[in-house]
Amino acid sequence: MKLNTEPNIERPDDFYQDLIDLHRDLTEEQSRQVNARLILLLANHIGDMDVLRHAMRAAAEEPA
Amino acid sequence: MLKTYDYPEFAYRPSADQESGRTARHPVIIVGAGPVGLTAAIDLAVQGTAVVVLDEDNTVSVGSRAVCYAKRALEIWDRLGCAAPMVGKGVVWKVGKVYRRDRQIYRFDLLPEDGHKMPAFINLQQYYLEEFLVRRAGELGVEIRWHEKVTSVKAANDHVRLAIDTPQGDYTLHADWLIAADGARSLVRRELGLEFKGQAFNDRFLIADVKMKADFPPERWFWFDPPFHRRQSTLLHMQADNVWRIDFQLGPDADPEEEKKPEHVIPRLKAMLGEDTTFELEWISVYTFQCRQLDRFRHGRVLFVGDAAHQVSPFGARGANSGVQDADNLVWKLKLVMDGSAPEALLDSYDSERVHAARENLLNSTRSTDFITPKSDMSRAFRDAVLDLAEHHPFARRLVNSGRLSVPATYTDSPLNTPDEDAFDGGMAPGHPCADAPITRNGNPGWLLNLLGGRFQLLCFAAAPIDAPPQVDGVAVEPLTVDTDFNDTEGLVAKRYDGKPGTVYLIRPDQHVAARWRIYDSYKVRAAFDRALAR
Repeated sequence: MKLNTEPNIERPDDFYQDLIDLHRDLTEEQSRQVNARLILLLANHIGDMDVLRHAMRAAAEEPA
Repeated sequence: MLKTYDYPEFAYRPSADQESGRTARHPVIIVGAGPVGLTAAIDLAVQGTAVVVLDEDNTVSVGSRAVCYAKRALEIWDRLGCAAPMVGKGVVWKVGKVYRRDRQIYRFDLLPEDGHKMPAFINLQQYYLEEFLVRRAGELGVEIRWHEKVTSVKAANDHVRLAIDTPQGDYTLHADWLIAADGARSLVRRELGLEFKGQAFNDRFLIADVKMKADFPPERWFWFDPPFHRRQSTLLHMQADNVWRIDFQLGPDADPEEEKKPEHVIPRLKAMLGEDTTFELEWISVYTFQCRQLDRFRHGRVLFVGDAAHQVSPFGARGANSGVQDADNLVWKLKLVMDGSAPEALLDSYDSERVHAARENLLNSTRSTDFITPKSDMSRAFRDAVLDLAEHHPFARRLVNSGRLSVPATYTDSPLNTPDEDAFDGGMAPGHPCADAPITRNGNPGWLLNLLGGRFQLLCFAAAPIDAPPQVDGVAVEPLTVDTDFNDTEGLVAKRYDGKPGTVYLIRPDQHVAARWRIYDSYKVRAAFDRALAR
């Protein structure tokens, strides 16, 4: 399977706001832990190693 | 300390070789009388080869050191006739529990099925293990020269030259073949100028062996961030003689000399065991570890085994257990090459099979180490996130890594295997170690593995008897037929090997599967046999 980088979230602005709200009032340390847990939960949901590796590569790329 | 064990002292006795003043030549010399060197020596002796072992010390392992011995190592020692005292003296266990703070987050069972002679693991102090091996070596006439330190190793074309230092001066020996079992700081390795590649880790760990009456069950308990040792990890194992192994992570900045002092160790133990528990200190050691290996284990006539070839962290019990499998893999090959029954190329398969196994061990060991001692803030954040999630989310429990415990090596990609042509279920593909199963023989209960090993065999699931099994250059394949030579009373042999009438397995002397078929074909067996001998 290939990493889907086409729009796939139905209400992108809602999602983005939830993500920011998730970190509201957290210290940097707490935010880091929340992010780490979130990545692990999502990675397990995806499951497919090809997709996960593809996503890791895409995330590691420096923005142009 | 050490109140529970009296060290045997093995006296130095000048050998006839040394007294003769001439350089004697031996077929095989082993450097190092640790668990791996002794196992190789015993295996050679069982196969009828004279062997000399040199060891610079004059006793067994000082301290309990390697404590966990896995099923496959015990099966190998059982083949060599010395597992019974180990299992008798050792503490049998199979359950591991992982705690975070004061809550259990994960539990594993290493041998969920019955019908195996050997347990998943025993815990036994290394000095007992070595004592039993020395005793077995003695029964078989292995010559162990204690207090003899190899000082120089020179590889010649068809032999190896050794210089040896003894309490009564120096002498020299030549060996057709040299087995280097001289441990992580191998002198043989240094003398040959070989690079030991890998990674050193900075974290220090404290081992405290304590004698106490405790009602912990015989299980492996591992804590992340326990209340009695915050921010670090702790491991608890039960050993023989009511001795308990407690292993505290200390971090990279700990001072080893200070940490070893009883006034520092005792408060740590009291915090863990409670003020009222009475215990005595048996042995204390502070260690760091490295994960390294040689690129090749065969260098001409020098063959590296055990820690001399590869060194891992203790998490996972992959040190001694893999070293014993090195010996198991090497000795039958060396014997056939020495007898002229197989080409030297057979020894290259020792190299490829065991280098591959060592890589796997190293990988597992390094991964466990990275989980237990995270090297960066982000690595620690993910590790803690896994532990946070593990209590309520089953997926995260499988990411918890407190040591992936030693499993037998499978030589799936070995050049000695003949790939399957027929369809089989179950786990006994070429390269796999044979699974044990209960059997009866002449009406007496026994075990399949006790009928296998030490020679090439054809495990036949009864149909027509095998007419003329192959025999080449003095090496024979011995048939072992279900219903004729033994009875598969519980049906577990057939089940574990997917054996149907006519099924035939070609099994190597180290109890690994070389090939298998649904129908016996002497031409195919002969070809697979040649291949398993690198001919």
